[in-house]
Order: sequence, then structure tokens, then C-alpha cells
Amino acid sequence: MQGSSRLVGRLVLTLFVLWTVATILFLIFRLAPGSPLAAFVTPTFTAEQQESLTRQFGLDRSLFQQYLLYMSNLLQGNLGESFFYKRPVAEVVMTAFGNTIALTLGSLLVAYAFGVVMGAVFAWKRGTWIEGAGIPVVLVTRAAPEFWLGMVVLAIFAFSLGWFPGGGANSAGLTFSSEWARIFSLDFLRHLILPAFALALYLQGLPLLLMRTNMLEVMQEDFVTMARMKGLSNWAIVMRHAARNALLPVATAFALGIGQSVGGNVVVETVFSWPGLGRMLVEAVASSDYPLAQGAFLLITTVLVTMNFVADMLYSLLDPRIAHAGHR
Amino acid sequence: MRAIAETRAVRGTRRSFLVGLGRAFDLVRRDPFATAGILIYAVFLFVAIFADQLATHDPHQILYRANRRVASNLPPFGDHILGTTNLGRDIYSQLIYGARSALLVGISAAFAVVLIGTLVGLVAGFFRGWVDMVIMRVADVALGIPFLPFVIVLSSFLEPSMWNVVIGMALVVWPSTSRVIRSQVLSLRERTFVEAARVTGCSQARILFVHIAPNVLPLSFVYGSIAIGWAILTEASVSFLGFGPGNTVSWGSMLQNAYVSQALSRGWYHWFVPPGICIILVVVAGFFVSRGFEEVLFPKLRD
Repeated sequence: MQGSSRLVGRLVLTLFVLWTVATILFLIFRLAPGSPLAAFVTPTFTAEQQESLTRQFGLDRSLFQQYLLYMSNLLQGNLGESFFYKRPVAEVVMTAFGNTIALTLGSLLVAYAFGVVMGAVFAWKRGTWIEGAGIPVVLVTRAAPEFWLGMVVLAIFAFSLGWFPGGGANSAGLTFSSEWARIFSLDFLRHLILPAFALALYLQGLPLLLMRTNMLEVMQEDFVTMARMKGLSNWAIVMRHAARNALLPVATAFALGIGQSVGGNVVVETVFSWPGLGRMLVEAVASSDYPLAQGAFLLITTVLVTMNFVADMLYSLLDPRIAHAGHR
Repeated sequence: MRAIAETRAVRGTRRSFLVGLGRAFDLVRRDPFATAGILIYAVFLFVAIFADQLATHDPHQILYRANRRVASNLPPFGDHILGTTNLGRDIYSQLIYGARSALLVGISAAFAVVLIGTLVGLVAGFFRGWVDMVIMRVADVALGIPFLPFVIVLSSFLEPSMWNVVIGMALVVWPSTSRVIRSQVLSLRERTFVEAARVTGCSQARILFVHIAPNVLPLSFVYGSIAIGWAILTEASVSFLGFGPGNTVSWGSMLQNAYVSQALSRGWYHWFVPPGICIILVVVAGFFVSRGFEEVLFPKLRD
């Protein structure tokens, strides 16, 4: 019972956060100095053209009416039309979204697989030179700017060695039968490897450090002592009892990581000219394509907030202490 | 009577605060990581303050060779320790001045974040009830805003300036500090010394700021030292994306220049590697210092 009311509570909160962010975004874009049309209207426009545009964008109505219009459009998935692409924002944004998800999931999977294993190893080898040398290296990768890691990786592997393409998601001139065929093509994979590697280099530190701390903590818990007293082997204790419990916060961090990476990829996507959501946001802001910037920002926010919610739910689902607290 | 007791209590908490801070610095000194962190900060602070003396050239100035040609793309040698950019500017001098803007952004952003985060956390934890409820919902909203995209959108409406990063961080990053401070205050306010202060007739504000606040301050330092690094990283990202101020030399703008001038494909490592290393050093220093503080605050982690 308690579990489901918690779920509803978090869900309501998630929707509340989304609504508030959408409102803040509306206010930022509407109350900013200058007409939102300034970038769109060129001097060649006649006064009538400008007027009809103003009406088309609803700018002749009161702020509150504009807000209602904006919200009802949002709810219908209508994000307006991009100034630059002259196509519906929802459509433009979704193409970029596929590329971003591929990059995010690819790099996160590599980073977390590596981080979890190395974190367990570091906990296992506590106090040895492996840990002594490894931890500072991990801290350095976490401190490095993602885009700088990308630049170094790009200079070495793409330009000096020539092993990988220097940017983009697909070779020019290639056509594909569908979006799926494109994302699962070998050409796409070849383009994906470098940016995903650069991102993974940055991302692996968190799961590694989390896993290490959790392993160290879990190894001191009563149930591990109990397992030891039952005469289980070290290996069985680590695999069946300790690692399973230590993985919990890592799983939560993974979900949170998806949400944060989609927004944080902005710089890596720019370095590798990866046609993703972040790069689209940067270009839209730079060229004052407000509907597109707004749409990209909203989609990034939605992913972030949704994944925060998923992480929260995952945590209470996986942690027996929280899951069973409701039955007491 | 009451006044005397009160001053004594205040003196007592002040003294315990000083002792605590002294112990913190003592332990930080004994922790090799924290020592390294403080040393790195000290070096960069020195460089930032004496940039005018340390730089060999004006970082903006286009330099010429003896034959009146632009001294572009010089390799690291002699007069130019790190060579020159494609427009003939001295890279080493840019690096030195970059430390100044990095520390300026880092420290002011960290100060803003920690000040807001601590104040909000104190108020939420101390007054509880609806005040706490409202504050925590605002925190939820702030945590739902993607940070870097928000700073980018923000800088498109504000004048390009490095303060945009500070404003963005102050608006979005405070909740993580607030949450920790709040939970700390929730437990502190039930302690006997707070009760004693209440019994002696101290005002709410006095209890909050004189008796409780000193006890959470070290925790604020932990978040502050991490926030410095985060701000510098963010400033670098924003400048790299081209939303930074055009007239200031920063490590991020150096990297942007290198990137758009095809330094990567031409293998000019001496141009884009040093700024990255400087950023790493400052951020790592923050990690190390916060680690040292954490071991003081949570001795359980020490074995």
C-alpha cells in the first residue's frame, strides 16, 4: 500500500517539476529583450508579412493567452516550427534524439561495465599499489573536461593515426532504407566509437568509485559476516552476497546517468560534430532559432526528470530494506 | 545572569568552532592528498595574482617576427615557452592569464553556491513544516533543470560574460548543498546544546546562526571545494561552445580557438594540451581537499 502511494507521490512531483520547467522556459523566451521574431524576420519582409507572422506565432495576444496556447500545444506534442529547418520542431528534434541516445547508451554501457569490474577489483585489492596508483588516475579522468578528452582522443586516433573518422555520425553520401538501418549500420558504429570512448573515459569514474565504496561497506555488514560463519567461500560471498548488494546504488546511478548525459553530452557532440540533441541546442541558440532551442531543451529536461523518477523507483524496488519497510 | 550565561555559551561555541576548524586543518595537513590539493590551489592562486609579472607577453597581442611577418604557429622554443597560436599570440601568456579568470569564476561561483545552499539548508532544517516543504519542492525543480543546457540558454539572453556561469550555478546547483546541510540541521536542532540555548532564552535567529551554523560550516567547505572545480569546468565548456566573453582569455576560450583553428588535425599538442592539464589540476585539487575535509567530518570512513 505504502509503496504505491509513494509511487503516485513521486509521479505527481515529476509532473510538477516538468510543468514548472516548461513555465520557466516560456518566461525566459518571452520576457527576454527583443521580439522573438527578430532573428526570423529579414529586412525584405513587408509590414503585412510581419504582421501575419506575429499573428501566426500568437504574439499579438496577451502574455497569459500566449502561455495557455503554449501549454496546450505542448500537451499535444506541438513544439512549433523551426526557423532554420522550416519543419516542425518535434520532427527535427526526434532525429537528433536517436543519435544522442545511441551515443549516451553506448558510452554508459562501456563505462559502467568497466567501472563495476574495476571498482570491485580496487575494493578487493585495498591497500595495495594497484589501488594506490589506480584511484588518482580515476580522479584525473573525472576532473578532465569531457570536451578536452574528446579533443585529445580525436587528435590521436582520428588525425594522427587515422583509425577513425574525424566527426559526424555517417559518411557523406550514404543512404539508408530506414532510421533503424542507419543506426545499426557498420558505418554508424565506426563513427560512434571515438565519441563513445571519450565519453566513457569520463563517465567510468563514478560507477568505479561507487562500486568500490559500496563493496567496502557491504563487506562489513552483518549478512556478510553471517555468510562467512556459514562457511561460504570468499568467492561465493563476494559474488552472491556482497556484489549483488553493492550493485544497487550503481544501478540507480546508471539511470541518473542517462538523464544527465543527454544534457551533458552537449560539448562532446560539438567536438565530434555528432548530430545529436546537445549540438542542435547549441546551434539553435547560436542562430536564435528559438522554437528549436526551446524544443531541444524541453526534450533534454523531460529525459532528465523521467530518469530521476526511474532511478528513484528503481532504488525502492531493488533495496529490500526500503521495499519491505512498507509491510511492517 | 542570563546575559552572562549567554555570552559564555556563545564563547563556548565559538571556541569549539575554532578548535574544530583547527583540528580540521591539522588533519588536512596530515592527509597527503589534502596537502597536495592545498598546494595546487596555492600555486594557481599565486599565478593568478602575479599574472602580470609571470606572463612574458600580452595574451591578446599579435606578435611579429623580425621580418615583420606575423609570428604564427611557432613551436615551443626560446622566447615562446609553449609556442604561439595561429594568429601569433603567445600561448604561455594566455595560459597564465587563463588562471586568473578560472579562479575568479571558480571562487565566486563556489561562494555563491555555498552561501545560498547553506542558508537555504539552515532555514529549511530549522523551521521545518511548510517552509521546509516549499524549499524542498523548489530544490526538486532546480534538480530537474539540465545544468549545462540551462547555462547555454541563459547566456543567449544575457550579455556574454563569465558571470553567466556564476549566475547559472547559483540558480541550479545549490540544492545538493542544501539537502545535506538540512539533514544535518534536522539532527543538530535536537541536541542538548541547542536545547540549552533555547532554555536560556536565545532568539531563534541566534540559535540558528550562532549555535547551529558553525557546526555545519565544515560541511559547506566540502561542497565549496568541489563547486570551485565544477564552476571552472562549466566555464570552460561554455567558452568552448562559443558563448563566453570574447575579450577575456580563459582556458576554455583557448581550447575553442585551438579547435576551430584545426590544431587537432595539425597535431599542435602544445596548444590544446596545457589548458586541459591546468583545468584537471584545479579540479583534482578540489577533490583532494574535499576528501581531506570529509575524513575529518566522517571519521568512520577512515580505517
